[in-house]
Amino acid sequence: MTPPAPSVQPPGDPQSGGWQPGGLPSGEPLLLTGRGSRLLGTNAAGGSARGVALSTASTLVLLAVVAAVFLLAPGSAVVRHTFFNPSAMWHSLIGDPAKGYYSVGAALWLNIKMFLSAEVLILVLALVIAVVRQSPGPVLFPLRLAATVYVDIFRGVPLILVIYAVGFGLPALQLTVVSTQNAAVYGVLALVLSYSAYVSEVYRAGLNSVHPSQVAAARSIGLRSWPALRYVILPQAIRTVIPPLLNDFISLQKDTALVSVLGSIEANRAAEIYSDTTFNYSSYTVAAILFLLLTIPLARFTDRLIARDRARRLAGGNG
Amino acid sequence: MTAAENTAAENPVAGGAVPALEIKGLHKSFGQAEVLRGIDLSVAAHEVICLIGASGSGKSTLLRTVNLLEPVSAGDIWLSGQRITAPGIDANRVRQHIGIVFQAYNLFPHMTVLRNVTLGPVKALGVRTAKATEEARALLARFGLDGRAGEYPDRLSGGQQQRVAIARALAMRPRLLLLDEVTSALDPELVAEVLDVIRELAESGMTMLIATHEMGFARDIATRVAFLADGQIVEQAPPAELFTAPQDERTQRFLRRITEAGRL
Repeated sequence: MTPPAPSVQPPGDPQSGGWQPGGLPSGEPLLLTGRGSRLLGTNAAGGSARGVALSTASTLVLLAVVAAVFLLAPGSAVVRHTFFNPSAMWHSLIGDPAKGYYSVGAALWLNIKMFLSAEVLILVLALVIAVVRQSPGPVLFPLRLAATVYVDIFRGVPLILVIYAVGFGLPALQLTVVSTQNAAVYGVLALVLSYSAYVSEVYRAGLNSVHPSQVAAARSIGLRSWPALRYVILPQAIRTVIPPLLNDFISLQKDTALVSVLGSIEANRAAEIYSDTTFNYSSYTVAAILFLLLTIPLARFTDRLIARDRARRLAGGNG
Repeated sequence: MTAAENTAAENPVAGGAVPALEIKGLHKSFGQAEVLRGIDLSVAAHEVICLIGASGSGKSTLLRTVNLLEPVSAGDIWLSGQRITAPGIDANRVRQHIGIVFQAYNLFPHMTVLRNVTLGPVKALGVRTAKATEEARALLARFGLDGRAGEYPDRLSGGQQQRVAIARALAMRPRLLLLDEVTSALDPELVAEVLDVIRELAESGMTMLIATHEMGFARDIATRVAFLADGQIVEQAPPAELFTAPQDERTQRFLRRITEAGRL
């Protein structure tokens, strides 16, 4: 960790975040105070019965307008037949091997497996990278350099290119174990390589968000670098970055669809096969809906964590 | 076991003429800014030294440097005769013997009060958790914090938090305790409860180096008061002398301002 470097301590060290609940100066526009962000949250109606009625009405009007534009568009009938055909959607969802296409629903299971295994590996690898990048001392310089180069490269290269490079490059090497895996394994590897670079930066932001006085306190009771990191710094850093981490994992869930370019029969590839066979694109709509069913619960969960964290900080601000 | 016995027992060279803390020619710069310009200070075992002086005079930096939280630019520090500024000294081992309490408490917000106090003994000293817990509970009870062990720091008042911070430092059984303006962040009505704790520590024989703005407290508790200005110790004397008959012109001016502000 970098040593704390305050030169002369200011008389009142601002330790506690600075949020003052109830300290809203009168006349200040509400939207600028941060409380205005509630307007974008779930309780947009403001609670009153009139508010609920108003928000319901405006939502219905908006939906009606969108539906009207869709239904009245010149190509509406064609689009509804090709993308939203109930029969095609059903058949692509359950699949029919006899007719040469797979179940998009069953194929989603591969996405879930890829997501879960990639997530675990990313959490670990990214943390290692972040800690290495924050490590002090000249001895670890080569590791720090390697970690920095790694993050620069894999954040900069588009994920789809990483998937191609890993999925076609490693088999081409003709090594014993490395070159003989199935496409999903290469897909997971590519996802891990790419996402770890991003997620390590999220961790790093969290490590930097822990106040230097916490490092000083940890060192002052004789803790060495590793225990200080393990027991004092990391728990606080990780708590801070859980919402952005979950955000990245929502992104990861849907990016598993990119592994379809390697030929893995995951949801997106199954939908593609269906449309190639039947010349109807409704299978893609099914895949989209399935991905939404995966990502929306995680998104709501993230929102709840953020709200809880915010409430906790507001409550603790006057301690 | 009192803090005094503890100090004597763990310190083989103490007792004779060897000071608990010896500082010679200490300089500390942050970039261009020289904050400490040649500090000389000797602290005998069981002494309580109060450092006074304006904000920015170098009190906090001096304490942080003694605890090796900041590397020295020049000069040397001895702890019970051992030169802790020597090359190759394990700073973590040194810090295990020197407790420090910060102005802003710096408690670990994600741990209970009890865990705050036991973390050092368990993870740095290798004390068994059961034993560390028992000792921590005793310390918390001693400072009027029994019943608070399971709370998180942000549920406590500032005075309670600062008492936990003192307990956390004492749990390491330090030979020397550094207190860095420990009441400056407190609401006025909470200052007394923390000062009482420090007073009790002084009575039990704890060697302490205290940076403070509480002149009345310094006068009561200190065996010696040192006035710092511009990174140097301008004057040091027993409180009765320093507060009534300051020799240096800068000390006189400082104390006059303090008196006018009604702080003495």
